[in-house]
Amino acid sequence: MAQHKFPDTAPPADRRLQVLAGICLLLPMIALVPVGWYSRTTPRLGAFPFFIWYQMALVIFCVICTSIAYVLVQKARPHVPFQAAEETTTDGGEA
Amino acid sequence: MTSFLPASANPSHPGGGLNAAATIVLVLIFLLVTVMGFMASRWRRGKDLESLDEWGLGGRSFGTWITWFLLGGDLYTAYTFVAVPAAMFSAGAVSGFFAVPYTIVLYPIIFFFMSRMWSVSHRHGYVTAGDFVRGRYGSRELSLAISLTGFVATLPYIALQLVGIQAVLEVAGVGGKGNWVANDAPLFVAFLVLAAYTYTSGLRAPAIIAFVKDILIYLVIIIAVIYLPTKVGGWHHIFDAVHAKSESTAPADATFSDTVGPKAQWAYVTLAFGSAMALFMYPHSITAVLSSKSRNTIRKNASMLPAYSFVLALLALLGWVAIAAGTKPIGLNGKANPQLVVPQLFEDQFPSWFAGVAFAAIAIGALVPAAIMSIAAANTFTRNIYKEWLRPNATVKEEAQVSKLTSLVVKIFALVFVLAMDKQNAINLQLLGGIWILQTFPAIVIGLYTRWLHRWALLAGWAVSMVYGTWKAYEVASPATKHFGGSLSNIPVIGQLGYIAFTAVILNVLVAVVLTFALNALKVPAGTDETVVADYFVEAGDPRIDADYDPTDFDTGELAGPTQAKADPA
Repeated sequence: MAQHKFPDTAPPADRRLQVLAGICLLLPMIALVPVGWYSRTTPRLGAFPFFIWYQMALVIFCVICTSIAYVLVQKARPHVPFQAAEETTTDGGEA
Repeated sequence: MTSFLPASANPSHPGGGLNAAATIVLVLIFLLVTVMGFMASRWRRGKDLESLDEWGLGGRSFGTWITWFLLGGDLYTAYTFVAVPAAMFSAGAVSGFFAVPYTIVLYPIIFFFMSRMWSVSHRHGYVTAGDFVRGRYGSRELSLAISLTGFVATLPYIALQLVGIQAVLEVAGVGGKGNWVANDAPLFVAFLVLAAYTYTSGLRAPAIIAFVKDILIYLVIIIAVIYLPTKVGGWHHIFDAVHAKSESTAPADATFSDTVGPKAQWAYVTLAFGSAMALFMYPHSITAVLSSKSRNTIRKNASMLPAYSFVLALLALLGWVAIAAGTKPIGLNGKANPQLVVPQLFEDQFPSWFAGVAFAAIAIGALVPAAIMSIAAANTFTRNIYKEWLRPNATVKEEAQVSKLTSLVVKIFALVFVLAMDKQNAINLQLLGGIWILQTFPAIVIGLYTRWLHRWALLAGWAVSMVYGTWKAYEVASPATKHFGGSLSNIPVIGQLGYIAFTAVILNVLVAVVLTFALNALKVPAGTDETVVADYFVEAGDPRIDADYDPTDFDTGELAGPTQAKADPA
């Protein structure tokens, strides 16, 4: 039944890094929106029409972005180990 | 380079009788997987399997790699391997290639939401989305709505996995052409095996088999993507053939297109975003997320999982390879069936033993998600319907028992569904399931961030959008059926074709917001929130609340325990 010491506050976070991580996650999504622009065959990459290779490239771009976001998020809000309110006893058995 | 090679695709021979070598390889790999499935119950075993945490969530113990395979096994189903290339083959880019942007959108979404879901579930011991909604909003009714939606939407999804296995068996020529018993016996056997090891091993079985599945899938697709283009005359030839097909269809009815036409752009984007948002609302995705051992595992996975999307893109292109290869997907009944295109392509162009490996990859690719889905549906039923409404005093052991039995019932339903009904029904109901499941998004995902939306407003939003989505889908006609023929319809206001689920979920949120203002003005009780802000950030080592699952608390409005449960000030 251990309750948090500060139940109503989130652990401290670096806001700027969080925003940056958010941007990283949004970029690949935004890049997918202008379908009218990327729905064409040229320029080709090898034999591949633009429509196909653009989206396949976006997959790789997405991996890079989410990986950066992962590192940023770890830095932005390092995990704060659980702090129990008052006594850190085992549960009182009520409820 | 490869385009200088002469085109020498083998002619297509649909319905060429039993492919013995392929069948033997298929059966052998299937046996191997069966043994693994049964042995899985001993793997990383907890005290016993007699609890939902153990049977239904694998002891919440899976690390980064297992979660990666499990999620991959979950999201990329046999149906994906069969249906995505089939759509590319028969309808072109819009209904086929949208799967790629869809999986691109998916992972940032997981990254945003699912770590919070993991934390709060870890803290409160939630097993399903319904558990979370119940705790967050203090609303049994909303929880029931969410759970029923999840349960019902999963059923046709499981049935589709069996459709995938059936496609493979049909091309391999297994099953007689005589009476239906001989015809469906192989599918029946596959089904029995699946049911048996899911029953004994729980989530551990698909977790282990997912390894084999993915190795086979990667192997087959990489070889196919390298070998097949050289065989049919190179990628240039493939894209030219596709373009020619695209040009030859009249633009007026636009039955096939190799790009996204001006009229289909909204459809393409809303399909991608809507499907991605929907996928993580399915019980089986939540199950896979909650079975991982830490919050961090989820995020690490979200940054690694896009590797699958790349394979998916290659796979989708196999549908176009089949166009260049002149594959003729014709079923045993003599009718054209685009769902058979990938198995048929493999059978035509590969030596038969390798076709067997490919068939096995697809069949196992069906078993893994079917197992996870049936477990997830069973967990949902047990926790949020059986225990919540029927037997509040059920013990942990009883929960596990009910879940095991439900997983069987769910699979039997799927089997009956596939055998008794037209396959088109399964596909259409799956599309409908996608529309339904997305309507749980506001309650779950917005709920992860804020308690502001009122529980009754959310319930009303859900109800309105469910009716709207079902009605719109009912009105869609396709050449095959009069109703439920697809998932695209005109978006009101914008007046463009779009994914019904997407329109419906916006309606859902609008209703919820407006009614929240109204209900707050009328001072309708908002219910108790048993979670606190800090719960959404806990990590693996942090202690869990041993909350008793006691529905009466919510009816009387009493707090669940003296030290927890505090209404959110928002």
